[in-house]
Amino acid sequence: MSQPTSEPRAAEESKLTPDVVRHLAGLARIALTDVEVTKLTGELGIILASIDKVSEVATDEVPGTSHPISLVNVYRADVPGVTLTAAEALAGAPDHDGARFRVTAILGEEQ
Amino acid sequence: MASTTGETLNTLTAAELGEKLESGEVSSVEVTQAHLDRIAEVDPDVHAFLHLNERALETAAGVDARRRAGDALGPLAGVPIAIKDVLCTLGMPSTAGSRILEGWIPPYDATVVARLRDAHLVLLGKTNMDEFAMGSSTEFSAFGPTHNPWDLDRIPGGSGGGSAAAVAAFESPIALGSDTGGSIRQPAAVTGSVGVKPTYGGVSRYGAIALASSLDQVGPVSRTVLDAALVHDIIGGHDPRDSTSLTDVWPGFAEAARAGALQESLAGLRVGVVKELDAPGFQAGVSQRFHETLAILSGAGAEIVEVSAPNFEYAVAAYYLILPAEASSNLAKFDSVRFGLRVNPAGGGTVEDVMAATREAGFGPEVKRRIILGTYALSAGYYDAYYGSAQKVRTLIQRDFAAAFSQADVLVSPAAPTTAFRLGEKLEDPLAMYLNDVTTIPANLAGIPGMSLPMGLAPEDGLPTGIQIMAPARADDRLYRLGATLERLLVEKWGHTLLSQAPILG
Repeated sequence: MSQPTSEPRAAEESKLTPDVVRHLAGLARIALTDVEVTKLTGELGIILASIDKVSEVATDEVPGTSHPISLVNVYRADVPGVTLTAAEALAGAPDHDGARFRVTAILGEEQ
Repeated sequence: MASTTGETLNTLTAAELGEKLESGEVSSVEVTQAHLDRIAEVDPDVHAFLHLNERALETAAGVDARRRAGDALGPLAGVPIAIKDVLCTLGMPSTAGSRILEGWIPPYDATVVARLRDAHLVLLGKTNMDEFAMGSSTEFSAFGPTHNPWDLDRIPGGSGGGSAAAVAAFESPIALGSDTGGSIRQPAAVTGSVGVKPTYGGVSRYGAIALASSLDQVGPVSRTVLDAALVHDIIGGHDPRDSTSLTDVWPGFAEAARAGALQESLAGLRVGVVKELDAPGFQAGVSQRFHETLAILSGAGAEIVEVSAPNFEYAVAAYYLILPAEASSNLAKFDSVRFGLRVNPAGGGTVEDVMAATREAGFGPEVKRRIILGTYALSAGYYDAYYGSAQKVRTLIQRDFAAAFSQADVLVSPAAPTTAFRLGEKLEDPLAMYLNDVTTIPANLAGIPGMSLPMGLAPEDGLPTGIQIMAPARADDRLYRLGATLERLLVEKWGHTLLSQAPILG
């Protein structure tokens, strides 16, 4: 195949705006800075323009593949396995009370 | 190298070390110490390791004691091995190259690590990698890049550049890697080492910090085909803890490699050259060595056939939709609650504010780029156009492979389109970095096994090039059989191994 180029051939057609990137960052729980939002908007526009081409061959007749080797789900025998102790599970936690992970308020004031 | 003894022990293969350990000619403590000395000498320049196992010599002494007591141990008992930091290890930090997991010690071993311990290998330490295996150069490691032993100003490949460099710099005879889009094979190609991505499901992913679950596969990194096979024999096979682990009974891969090394003729073997991966855009020296290698195969009796895989053109695009989609989901677990970093925003906030501040501080630029991209590809309104289409391309690529394997027993291509590029060269151009994986990505999308094997130095820059051998799913043994034959033919032609030509560091 010809070596694909990395030119921003359709960056200007991109559906990605700084507001969309900010919204996505909110969904992904990453507090991006404004500088990062600007940089990512440009970069992701270029990347999306390049990967848009998948739709050229993805026609209705082609089924999707979610998994490379087909497997059938099975149930294992219903016997207890080895599990972590509470101490092991909490060992890497940023904060805990000995039995539970400790976090700050789950709901904000507006909620 | 440090000493005459050190030189010998460091340059021996894992198979040779195993034999000398078994015969009692050397002890595991001596072998382990020689490698720790080599690490102390060259790793300040190479930076292959993120963490060294403080108990390596203790483990080695234990293996020596069991041998003296007459215990029957496996073929690599007492041999040192390096572990990519994406794999969970009891007693050693497992960071996947990320600030968000800095210092985190997992409460369990990855299955592959547990199997190495059961086989009495000595874990030397954890190797550097691009953060969460996202990258082709190790430059996205939060802890600084690894340097290519052939030229310290160049990249060692990625994401498993640490494992490849450790092996190429004789810091460890063997290592483990993980390959989602080429992270074992491309570093092997640019460092003159051997790397194998097994059939998807052939090696357990339990305890491998997930990047893209439908693509990730753990595999061996080594300096010879036989060593890779010996490691594969130990780590492979069904694991009930991995729901995608295949229940197949696998043939002995070391046996296949040994048979291949003895094989004189390749008559009857059909070697398919994938037209789309033998491209004019590839570096001239890579193409030249590739065609010389085809002539060697042909000279040994193999039938060279050209095969076409027209949909490979869409592989990189499909990969960079599927991978970010799966990664954005997998990396949601780094939430500042159960393990890893927690950053409290100024003035406090809810748990969601803490999560967002933690992920902002804990993730590097490439991880953020791919999480945002994946979140976009999976969002309502775009899911069918992006993720759905990429999954269809995956079907088309599987069909291309099926057609190709009806004409050929194995397929070959250059393992990477260029030799090692300079550190920093592609850092600010994400798309250029992505395109570097054009040769390796199709195998991941289809789940088939692939091997990279050194095929000579590119004339224009004197840097290593690799040939990729691919086989149908579940036929990993073909890689080892043909790989060992080709390795012998190349070494006979050169009069030495490729890595013996690498600069002497330290």
